[in-house]
Amino acid sequence: MAVSQLIGARVQRREDPRLITGHGHFTDDFTRVGVAHVAFVRSPHAHALIKKIDVTAASKADGVAAVYTARDFKGQLAGTLPALPVFVAVKKYVPEHFPIAEREACYQGEIVAVVVAETKAQAADAAELVDVEYQPIAAVMNVEKAAQPGSNKTHSDGPDNICWDLPFTGDEVSEAAFKAAEVVVKERIHQQRLTPTPMETRGVLADYEAYDKRLTMWMSTQNPHFIRLFVSGAMGLQESLVRVISADVGGGFGSKISPYPEDYLVPAVSRLLERPVKWIESRTESVQNAYAGRGQYYDVEVAAKKDGTLLGMRVTQYLDVGAYCAPFSAFQTVACLMAGGAYKWQGISSRTVGVLTNKVPTDPYRGAGRPEATHLVERMVDLVAHEIGMDPVAIRRKNFIQPKEFPFTQNFGLVVDSGDYEKTLNRALELAGYDQLRKQQTEGRKHGKYMGIGLSTWIELCGFGPSSATAPATGGIALSEAAQVRVMPTGSVIVYTGTHAHGQGHETTFSQIVADTLGVPMESVDLRHGDTGEGTAMGYGTAGSRSLSVGGVAISRASGKVVDKARKLAAHILEAAEEDIVFDQGKFHVKGSPDKSKTFGEVAFAAYGAGLPEGMEQGLEAVAYFDPPNLVWPFGAHVCVVEVDPETGAVEIQKYVAVDDCGNIINPTIVEGQIHGGVTQGIGQALFEEMIYDEESGQLKTGTLIDYSVPTANEIPNLITDNTVTPSPTNELGVKGIGEAGTIAASAAVINAISDALTPFGIKHVDMPASPNRLWAQIKEARK
Amino acid sequence: MKHKVATTVNGRRHEHEVEPRLLLVHHLRDNLGLTGTHIGCDTSQCGACTILVDGQAVKSCTMFAVQAEGRSLTTIEGMAKDGQLHPIQQAFWDEHGLQCGYCTPGFIMAAAYLLAQNPNPTEDEIRKGLEGNLCRCTGYVNIVKAVQTAAKTMGGAKVPADKRAAMTSGGE
Repeated sequence: MAVSQLIGARVQRREDPRLITGHGHFTDDFTRVGVAHVAFVRSPHAHALIKKIDVTAASKADGVAAVYTARDFKGQLAGTLPALPVFVAVKKYVPEHFPIAEREACYQGEIVAVVVAETKAQAADAAELVDVEYQPIAAVMNVEKAAQPGSNKTHSDGPDNICWDLPFTGDEVSEAAFKAAEVVVKERIHQQRLTPTPMETRGVLADYEAYDKRLTMWMSTQNPHFIRLFVSGAMGLQESLVRVISADVGGGFGSKISPYPEDYLVPAVSRLLERPVKWIESRTESVQNAYAGRGQYYDVEVAAKKDGTLLGMRVTQYLDVGAYCAPFSAFQTVACLMAGGAYKWQGISSRTVGVLTNKVPTDPYRGAGRPEATHLVERMVDLVAHEIGMDPVAIRRKNFIQPKEFPFTQNFGLVVDSGDYEKTLNRALELAGYDQLRKQQTEGRKHGKYMGIGLSTWIELCGFGPSSATAPATGGIALSEAAQVRVMPTGSVIVYTGTHAHGQGHETTFSQIVADTLGVPMESVDLRHGDTGEGTAMGYGTAGSRSLSVGGVAISRASGKVVDKARKLAAHILEAAEEDIVFDQGKFHVKGSPDKSKTFGEVAFAAYGAGLPEGMEQGLEAVAYFDPPNLVWPFGAHVCVVEVDPETGAVEIQKYVAVDDCGNIINPTIVEGQIHGGVTQGIGQALFEEMIYDEESGQLKTGTLIDYSVPTANEIPNLITDNTVTPSPTNELGVKGIGEAGTIAASAAVINAISDALTPFGIKHVDMPASPNRLWAQIKEARK
Repeated sequence: MKHKVATTVNGRRHEHEVEPRLLLVHHLRDNLGLTGTHIGCDTSQCGACTILVDGQAVKSCTMFAVQAEGRSLTTIEGMAKDGQLHPIQQAFWDEHGLQCGYCTPGFIMAAAYLLAQNPNPTEDEIRKGLEGNLCRCTGYVNIVKAVQTAAKTMGGAKVPADKRAAMTSGGE
């Protein structure tokens, strides 16, 4: 292998020139000759029977090409949207989900009719003329009530609202730990619903060509191959004749993994109408209908000794599934498996209950299950520390899994591959100036200053995934990743990957790996993804911080196969034995005679020519699949310092330190950027963001970016970041994931800091979002 | 009924007949093919569609196309000149001030206006100055850094006022 020059370097991103000059290719930038525009008519009610739909006026409106209702799609789309038995062994009740409602609308925003017109404005105008007669029925909005026997039902023909209810381990597992307890701490921890808010909403441009049964879709997705698989299946099309093109994607954060109703309806309309059709989601549609994140609450009990030794935990997760079971909603049950965090426990018992409600379905949002686990365990550890009067740093140190104990089999049988938790904690405390901060806090309290310091010593599992663990999530297909490396005769290289990118900079990072492995200049490597029409046969896109530790390793292996063939050929050309060939800095030479050499490009050219060794085929390209033997396990320590104004409830973040460990780093600049953005989304959840529904009517009250507050530049401090490096033993690159890390860590650090700040008021726990009105009310109540 | 609208965009004159309700951002994207100006919300919150109208930063979803009659507009496509990136574009690249890149054109245009008004802003002034633009990827850390870097390369307060106007108006 060539000496590494690019891996680990701060290489400037290759995708940026087009993006900073306005020449990116987002979904709405594509069109087709003769395109028609789609507008969806959506239920304004959270729960209603559809009595009658009159499309007469809409059909006659200017420019209208067609108006469709559910019946029109019955012969077009088979089955229901996929709801796989992911991560929970048994589902009790999974409501059928056809992409368009026929008799009953079960969440506000569910599609009931489709209008197609010559222009976008005409489609929107005509959609207003579709006359739907609804009979509203009671909306099931509260998860706790919905889980009770005899509750109103989310679907009028359903047995109840329980999608699943099962333990990962039973109560007996933690029983001994609770018997030995000197301290027991209980809390209910809420995870409010969030809307992911990628800056580019979703959209689909579909062109079905009837004469050869070929469908092309341009869309904003994290997962083009997955979409192809499901859409071709539903439409009865040959998978190889469906092409999903997803060029630049303006953010995803999990909300663009799963197929959505529109992803089926838009191509079906193109087939019905025999012309290209386009739909671009409005922000209001996105806030209302993008699969929501979180939406859970946890009842947690922790048993400990007075010296701070953690003993056992009982945790029950109530997960608001929404009106239908989205493909990966149950993935978030992984929070139960990760509830122990970075610590050693005698026993943890956990149970998960998935509850249907008349809201848009939930699905993974950045971190999915792991931010929830971190939040609950980091909160509980602080509550125990508070109860026994121990410093939050000391209790963490006392219970950490130690470096010599890895690989460590945790309470649910998952094998944590590596870690050095104290190292990241020490570095974070040093950067934050922890001891000084505590002195400042004590001093400040004398003068009515409510400063708080919060820690989050987080861990996660990512890099999905080992097929043994994830095949159930995909209906049996291994969640491996594919790569193809093709060398042109003149030595330039095309690399295909089944992952995708929505801001992660894979065109840069992955090219760094290939250029180093092949010893060629980075400019000669072209990384391609997001088009199922070329490259790998299958791919699982970008989600769960998997791209580098699965896709990147596949790319590295495919590059290695190319070098292996080139080495054989070089040996033939240089008339030497293969084992005597040295490959260094992009050149092959015979051991001991570096002056007699062939460049990689020369060997590539020869590979397409005559006179190859006996039995060698022409060409220089390779395919590799990587099915990792385990997940990878990043970790880190975050410190947040806040000051709370008790008169207004306003929180100011004064300092935020993030020290993370994602194993070996390919591009430090990109890693820092991922942490910045991840932490900011965690801060967003901790302080600002929440989807609020009216409990009676089911109306979403935060339906635009006016009411749903994502953080602005003025609310986020300058973040201080650093890394430690504990290479992963799971793959030969020693890499882990980093895309979700910041979000997994941050909400706990912020809420721990706020709870710490409010200790003088006797306040131990604060729910999210810790908005000024919530804190003000809590402080006022505490002062009574 | 359609109305005539004549504008100068990135130094080129355009004439179109448009519906009176057509938003300026749709005019730029759909009639002029300038798709670098993005749409990220329906309520003028996100700033992805920010352009310069006679040198002033405007969210182009807050204007009708007909209101741009006779105005000189600069979009992201007009920032680089003769194959040279504008210093703000260069700074966004150098400082990793973008990830998915969707909000980036709006931020660059808002930053151009900010620096034209205040060539040497403090960190706090930059954060407040960009408050009307949303980014979901970067946590704003490197966007702030990029504007600081651009301020330095553009010469801070040393740039004479007439030159600053030229830099942001997009006129020839």
